[in-house]
Amino acid sequence: MSVSKSVRLVALFSALALLVVSIACNGNSSNPGTPSVSLQGAGATFPNPLYQKWLSEYGKVHPNVKIDYQSIGSGGGIKQLKEQTVDFGASDAPMKDEDLKAAPGEVLHIPTVLGAVIITYNLEGVKAPLKFSPEVIADIFLGKIKKWNDPKIAADNAGVTLPSTDITVVTRAESSGTSAVFTDFLSKVSPEWKEKVGAGTSPKWPVGVSGKGNEGVTGQVKNTPNTIGYVELAYAVQNKLPVAQVKNSAGNFIDPSIDAVTAAASASAGSTPDDLRVSITNATGPQAYPISSYTYILVYKNQKDAAKGKALVDFLWWGIHDGERFAKELQYAPLPADIVKRAEAKINSVTAGGTALR
Amino acid sequence: MSWATDTRAGLAGQGSTWRRVLSPTGNTGDAVFRVLMLLVALLMIGIVLAMVAALTADSMTSIRQFGFHFLTGQNWDPIKGEFGALAFVYGTIASSLIALLISVPFSLGIAIFLVEQAPHYIARPVGFLVELLAAIPSVVYGLWGIFVLAPVLRQYVEPPLAAVFGWLPLFRGTITGIGLLTGGIILAIMVTPIVSAVVRDVLAAVPGSQREAALALGATKWEMIRVVLVNGAPGIAGAVILGLGRALGETMAVTMVIGNRPQISLSLFEPSYTIASAIANEFTEATGDLHLSALVELGLILFLVTFVVNGIARVLVWNVTRKTGGVGRAA
Repeated sequence: MSVSKSVRLVALFSALALLVVSIACNGNSSNPGTPSVSLQGAGATFPNPLYQKWLSEYGKVHPNVKIDYQSIGSGGGIKQLKEQTVDFGASDAPMKDEDLKAAPGEVLHIPTVLGAVIITYNLEGVKAPLKFSPEVIADIFLGKIKKWNDPKIAADNAGVTLPSTDITVVTRAESSGTSAVFTDFLSKVSPEWKEKVGAGTSPKWPVGVSGKGNEGVTGQVKNTPNTIGYVELAYAVQNKLPVAQVKNSAGNFIDPSIDAVTAAASASAGSTPDDLRVSITNATGPQAYPISSYTYILVYKNQKDAAKGKALVDFLWWGIHDGERFAKELQYAPLPADIVKRAEAKINSVTAGGTALR
Repeated sequence: MSWATDTRAGLAGQGSTWRRVLSPTGNTGDAVFRVLMLLVALLMIGIVLAMVAALTADSMTSIRQFGFHFLTGQNWDPIKGEFGALAFVYGTIASSLIALLISVPFSLGIAIFLVEQAPHYIARPVGFLVELLAAIPSVVYGLWGIFVLAPVLRQYVEPPLAAVFGWLPLFRGTITGIGLLTGGIILAIMVTPIVSAVVRDVLAAVPGSQREAALALGATKWEMIRVVLVNGAPGIAGAVILGLGRALGETMAVTMVIGNRPQISLSLFEPSYTIASAIANEFTEATGDLHLSALVELGLILFLVTFVVNGIARVLVWNVTRKTGGVGRAA
């Protein structure tokens, strides 16, 4: 008994000693040996599964860097970045001009992966994937197309017997990047949508019921006949939902897939502005899936703390190179090569006290 | 210093010096205890006031922009920056009332059964199971609502309701299984364990002599139970108020089945939206200052709604207890 007690005491004291040493090390992290750095990030929920994977994988190769990511939502991520309570933010939609102006320093957008929003439905007896033109989707979500056998739906789905039942539209209840991407797409393809509803994280839906989260929308679509809704691609694949093909601007009906999403980014690369803030919905490529979008990590161009800044750019560099290989298994689309190059340039432009960190 | 006057009033006739007020028994320990308890009580009031102040301060942007129209407007459009709370207030009150209408008779039945009729070996496990319902996280209720309750209502409950009572505007509209009625039923299930547990304790506290007196006068079992219920009326009303508070503030379970659509519709089948759900759903991704401020103002309104509804309930209770001649005060 007394032996184990003293062992425990020794263990306790050595743990305490270690703690003191590690705190001391933290204090002078400019020391070039093995500095231990801790980074805080917060933001978008959509890429959270991937970022958590990145953090655990990166931690294996760089045990001296500790990174935490809180998936509190894109809005919260931007807010915390502006208030400088985190080292990096994350957002599905790029920051707005006024948000960039309000930030205390220049903010860089580093794209990490791509996601897509898919149209799912519950229609008894319909086996083949339904096909939708963008205008038809807009009209359904505007409440103008009310029945499943509407001639406009039938026109895209020759050979499919559509029931004469009412369409029940299911939307996302809470503010989300998924809704933002979807309404951004609808605003581009339908002037009426743009005028009446617009694009944003919490639009005022003209019709339908709203479910909370991807699981809420899925639950309502799965359990209610004659429904149509939208969820993230990753969620739809994992839950084996029926997925509709959507007509892109080249006129092809595209099955949402990881490759079709990367193709959308690739096709838009030419028109992507220098700051990489871009919406790639309704992209032009023949194989591009039209309801796709980037998700970003947001960092300040001028880092206050050189050690932290160095750890941050190293992590980002690792993410857009080594990290991309974890994307597909988690149903995210990796960045196309030319965008990786441009993201590299962004990462390389990060400085601390005027000197480049990479 | 008003608390001192209050205390003094409460101890009228016992003298008026500070020492006596703080410690009528002349014991220092008592004095310390009194002051401590007073501080705790004041802290509670302070917290409530601080919350109201903080909510008001943070909603100033929205209050300035919309003024009273915030309360009367029905349009909630974050993209266009237009905010009106009326549909949320309606959804909150309507879903809570439906919940109470369903849950109170059930709760009374459960409590009467457990106290007056069930043998001990049944009363204990049943009581335990009912209380267990209160421990289930609300998100579980919500998921159960989507996957079990909503389909059942859509297939077996709402169509007959529409067929029989379709002449009432309450039971018209598209049947999806998601909407005000489903939200109210989920709330009813969540409120029932709380109300029934409190009512059971209230009924158990009614003295046995009351029952014996009723039976001795030749009352049937049912008449005896009525005597017990009348005696317990204030406590039962308190239980209902407690349930109402729970229903007004419930967020997660409701949002999963109510359809989350800010609209005022007489139909129980139509989707609706509650204040608490709206705040929970929109707060995380609200970026604009006006949107955030409007959400905080919604919180302030929920506070007021709870306050007013509780107030009305208390006045009702007070009236009822005076008429029935029940003893004691509302919980």
